[in-house]
Amino acid sequence: MSRTITIKALKYNPNSKVSKPHMVEYKLEETDGMTLFIALTKIREELDADLSFDFVCRAGICGSCGMMVNGKPQLACRTLTKNFEDGILELFPMPAFKLIKDLSVDTGNWMNDMSKRVESWIHTTEKVDISKLEAPIEPIVAEETFELDRCIECGICVAACGTKLMRPNFIGAVGLNRVARFQMDPHDNRTDEDFFELVGDDDGIFGCMSLLACEDNCPKHLPLQNKIAYMRRKLVAVR
Amino acid sequence: MSDLIEGFLGKSVEGKKSRLPAKLDFVQSATGLFLGLFMWGHMFFVSTILISKDAMYAVAKFFEGSAFLNEPRPILVSGVVFFVFIVFIVHAAMGMRKLPTSFRQWQVYRTHMKMMKHEDTTLWFIQAVTGFAMFFLGSAHLFLMLTQPGTIDPYGSGDRMLLLWPFYILLLLSVEFHGGIGLYRLCVKWGWFEGSDAKVTRKNLKKVKWAITVFFLALGFLTMAAYFKIGLDHRDNAGERYHPSAMVITHMNVGVKS
Repeated sequence: MSRTITIKALKYNPNSKVSKPHMVEYKLEETDGMTLFIALTKIREELDADLSFDFVCRAGICGSCGMMVNGKPQLACRTLTKNFEDGILELFPMPAFKLIKDLSVDTGNWMNDMSKRVESWIHTTEKVDISKLEAPIEPIVAEETFELDRCIECGICVAACGTKLMRPNFIGAVGLNRVARFQMDPHDNRTDEDFFELVGDDDGIFGCMSLLACEDNCPKHLPLQNKIAYMRRKLVAVR
Repeated sequence: MSDLIEGFLGKSVEGKKSRLPAKLDFVQSATGLFLGLFMWGHMFFVSTILISKDAMYAVAKFFEGSAFLNEPRPILVSGVVFFVFIVFIVHAAMGMRKLPTSFRQWQVYRTHMKMMKHEDTTLWFIQAVTGFAMFFLGSAHLFLMLTQPGTIDPYGSGDRMLLLWPFYILLLLSVEFHGGIGLYRLCVKWGWFEGSDAKVTRKNLKKVKWAITVFFLALGFLTMAAYFKIGLDHRDNAGERYHPSAMVITHMNVGVKS
């Protein structure tokens, strides 16, 4: 039997001089297998065409639709409304990112800056010939490296991080995970000393307070806790 | 000159990032580990009062060097307290780097904590608040012990508990919450006991953490109650030093002979 669910969303346009932050309440009929993304689309189509939120893939792959759902950062496309017993979902945009409007935030530019900051590409002294096969590596190492590559840059680890909210320049779990990914990759010739130059400070690995909300909320279940600990052990040993 | 350049640019004269943040992070963990384990030992020592006054007296005198000196010397306790005080101050200084330092930081963290209802995020806040409280409570207790080491015996400690029990309740709560959470966080921060499944290990660590906190709080409150009762019974003779039963019996025997 279907029920009526209530979605409360923060509406605010920081670029408008007349816009004031306020909560708007929408009521709609729940359908079978309804995700929050579907509900928001329905709201936009039928109730409020002005409501802004981000999405692309609708399948938990692109990492665009992160938002705070009843206080926790989640992907709207992977959030089933039926899991909310009281049928009430309170939505806020993800903190830590630049607010564009309502539930829409700019994770893209932040992730781009992060990638540049941790030099998120293979550093090698070898001349790369793309017409030839890449040098083989042990399958177990490849598996561990690509496991970390599953990050979809949704920003949920960043929005979940109390450290990041207090200290805006903190690199966040996504950045530390990225460093761990390249540190483990045998194709990358960088040393721990090189990685220290990137994240060996209080805005990087030594600023992490191990609150682990990143680990507990990552929609891809990446091993953030042990990779951050791994990088901390590696970099604290750099002389 | 190299310090000046590093201080100015945040990079050493070799153009490298300062190694100091790594050292500070390590020192914070090392001093925290020492203090956390010290507090476990401390609690076991003071709780010997639950066995008997003589047992606690023996432990107190042991730390005054009774095992290897003819006459126990309270100054030895002051020496130990001085060392712990130094470690405590260093740890406090390292911990301060993590505390919110502006209203906005405090506000944003509180809001985040309330919204997220995430246990480890909330535990950090408790750790921060209890850590801040211990700047004062811990310092006051350590100063007392540093300057009055000779008063540590069943009567002296009982008199103190009778007078300062609200202070010691706050100190006990602060120490046990701060230390318990801190030791748990050390494990996950450095990946100790990680095993093959870090998630399972963390769940188990959390259970152990709570069990240890409950155990030491129970032991702490029982110990405090015991000292409080001794202080109450002894209030008419407050300030008097304790003499162990064996010594009293010897004195009585001497009295009979003479």
